[in-house]
Amino acid sequence: MSNAHSVAAADAALLHAVEAHDEHHHDDGSKTTLGFWIYLMSDCILFAAVFAAFAVLRGQTAGGPDAKELFSLPYVAGETAFLLVSSFTYGMAMIAAEKQKQSATLRWLGVTLLLGLGFMFMELHEFAELIGEDAGPDRSAFLSSFFTLVGTHGLHVLSGMVWMVTLIAHVLRRGLTHANIVRLTCLSLFWHFLDIVWIGVFTIVYLSGVAA
Amino acid sequence: MFGKLTLEAIPYHEPIIMGAVAMMVLGGAALFAGITYFRLWGPLWSKWLTSVDHKNIGIMYIILALVMLLRGFADAVMMRTQQAMASTGAAGPLPPEHFDQIFTAHGVIMIFFMAMPFMVGLMNIVVPLQIGARDVAFPYLNNLSFWLTAAGALLINISLAVGEFARTGWLAYPPLSELQYSPGVGVDYYLWALQISGVGTLLAGVNMITTILKMRAPGMTLMRMPIFTWTTLCSNMLIVAAFPILTATLAMLSLDRYLGMHFFTNDGGGNAMMYVNLIWAWGHPEVYILVLPAFGIFSEVISTFSSKKLFGYTSMVYATVCITVLSFIVWLHHFFTMGAGANVNAFFGISTMIISIPTGAKIFNWLFTMYRGRVQFTVPVLWTLGFMVTFVIGGMTGVLMAVPAADFVLHNSLFLIAHFHNVIIGGVLFGYLAGFTYWFPKAFGFKLNETLGKVSFWCWLVGFYLAFMPLYALGLMGMTRRMNHVDNVIWHNYLLVAALGAAVIACGIGAFVLQILVSVLNRKALRDLTGDPWNGRTLEWATSSPPAFYNFAVDPVVTSRDAFWEQKQTTGAGLQPLPAYGKIHMPHNTGTGVILGGFIAVLGFALIWHIWWLAVAAFAAAVAVGIGHTFNENRDYYVPSETVAETEGKYFKQLTSQV
Repeated sequence: MSNAHSVAAADAALLHAVEAHDEHHHDDGSKTTLGFWIYLMSDCILFAAVFAAFAVLRGQTAGGPDAKELFSLPYVAGETAFLLVSSFTYGMAMIAAEKQKQSATLRWLGVTLLLGLGFMFMELHEFAELIGEDAGPDRSAFLSSFFTLVGTHGLHVLSGMVWMVTLIAHVLRRGLTHANIVRLTCLSLFWHFLDIVWIGVFTIVYLSGVAA
Repeated sequence: MFGKLTLEAIPYHEPIIMGAVAMMVLGGAALFAGITYFRLWGPLWSKWLTSVDHKNIGIMYIILALVMLLRGFADAVMMRTQQAMASTGAAGPLPPEHFDQIFTAHGVIMIFFMAMPFMVGLMNIVVPLQIGARDVAFPYLNNLSFWLTAAGALLINISLAVGEFARTGWLAYPPLSELQYSPGVGVDYYLWALQISGVGTLLAGVNMITTILKMRAPGMTLMRMPIFTWTTLCSNMLIVAAFPILTATLAMLSLDRYLGMHFFTNDGGGNAMMYVNLIWAWGHPEVYILVLPAFGIFSEVISTFSSKKLFGYTSMVYATVCITVLSFIVWLHHFFTMGAGANVNAFFGISTMIISIPTGAKIFNWLFTMYRGRVQFTVPVLWTLGFMVTFVIGGMTGVLMAVPAADFVLHNSLFLIAHFHNVIIGGVLFGYLAGFTYWFPKAFGFKLNETLGKVSFWCWLVGFYLAFMPLYALGLMGMTRRMNHVDNVIWHNYLLVAALGAAVIACGIGAFVLQILVSVLNRKALRDLTGDPWNGRTLEWATSSPPAFYNFAVDPVVTSRDAFWEQKQTTGAGLQPLPAYGKIHMPHNTGTGVILGGFIAVLGFALIWHIWWLAVAAFAAAVAVGIGHTFNENRDYYVPSETVAETEGKYFKQLTSQV
């Protein structure tokens, strides 16, 4: 009798363990976040390769204009301000999201998006001016690597903005669900990562270009 | 309207190409007709193409790899034939521009579309089972990775029929690959096929690392992981660290070709050697990406069939990790002749030689595993033994070429060709074929015919030595690679032997294909009901063959290395039926991967032929499908516990009925 009882108890315990473990199979977001970190590291290496190309080619102006003649630091400071502040506002959006404040989250995301747009606008304006001055990407190896490095960063910012619009739609549709918080966290990593890359661009391309 | 694409792009006047194209079209049409006739489109779509099951995806990867092996090998036969026939002054059957496309296609196909999918396929089938997981971390991404690889392979095959392929060699060095010297679409096919499949590989790498780090069965610490899982982890870390460099490099070459930039051009301040540096900063790790999993396979095979635990597990892990790290600091040995100076060359020469130390440690571990073991000379063991002898020879010629002074003489000679085929065929291919034979019963539930497997092995081994040992000699005599025709009677004889070797390898491939056919026909007799045909040691053998789609009804608990072996020792048997099962959480299949892969293949084709409207449309469609997928909330479901109990019950009934 007691034997049968203990078997049943063991079964129940086992079932319970299975069920408990089963819950564990629901992604708690940690897999997604880790996977996204790994992707970001690979993206980092992609930028490293483009940075390396820029470092090799920065002096190869082929008789064309060099960094000193082309870049205006105050203008780039403006661009930088847009991007850095947008990182801050994204951080505010994440704080609001963690507190389940949906409208505040959306507001901060909107502000981030506007700042991102401002950055993109300034960058495209700079590109257009350079191309207008016959300093386009086909002018020299220096300019090829400049446009590619800054453009690669710009394309990342653009895709981050497309992603942000998508997430705003997600949040409007389902609210701040667990899945949406994980998504917002990934974009947050991405957005701050682009900030860090931009600091590299700002330092290596613009600051040291003009100072040299 | 169609960019550069006109009807002229189809090479009507080339009988060899048109013959190959006709074969491809006929084969495709026969396949299409067969599927339609047997009404298989529905099951094919719902069970395979849209599958998120890692085992099915793995099988699709390997089918792709085997098809591309045939294509790449056909290129190899043509090259050996051409050089044998055109070494006494004759022109040979292949004109230079066609010959150049063939050696390029051979290299690209064998590395990117044979070896890589073969490897990813084996990992996909085996690793989740080995770590006791139900699937990979991101099942949908896994499906997408496969379709991106397939899209790249599709573009390569289209290049045969529409337009041309690159004539630049498999790494497309500039300035030859620049628009000025390669104005056709060949290099563009190369760029987009590799770019697309490269992204697929990168995503697969992210997926596999996350799977291994996050989804191991309870109790499986890192140092309890099977060696194949370890080598997979290291190999995928290399993928994640190296493939972005390939992506960036190919993008820069594309920008040169499409937007007139000057990264690698002769004019405008470009630097062609930067391309060579960048591509090998990816390319050398790539070699280890391919060979590390093969080392893992040999470890599993040799330990299973010696009925012993692997000798020196810890040193094997450390050797793998050392190779992983060192593989990033040897790339310059591919071009000592660049003239970077004696100090730089010395550094890279020494680092290259150092890499042979952990590799040598592995060889000794395998030898000591066999020592006093009860070695069964099955087909996987034959491949392993063939590997050990062949790879050591290839490794030593590699160390020889790591001496910069020697390399100046041997650079780009057939000695080099012999060396890297020596390690890639003897190491990578032998390894994957060992793994294929070893895990085939796990994936399909029946073993492969042993006799034909042995025939295939011996033909491959003998054929390999016949085909490549003469190339070592030719290299020392001064014959360089990629020669369309020469006039040298002495070389001619060696080239005849090499061609004979290719013919013997062809027999090996024939026996391999026959082996699969015969085994499928005889599958009843070869059936394995236990799920553990080799008396295996690791968790993949603890399931039925093929495993249920959820792999494990209950998560296995691991208390040591060789978890399944230990379990068999302590309990005297494998899994036991449980009185009750829980429900299981599983992902739904999705068609998004195959649809996205399709749009991206169209995007690649449009970019190759400068059909801008189509490129924009395909890109927009791909983005829309990708974003649309994120709104799909119905991604997973629960397998009810009754279904689990029923499936498991069937398996255990099978087990007992066999006894």
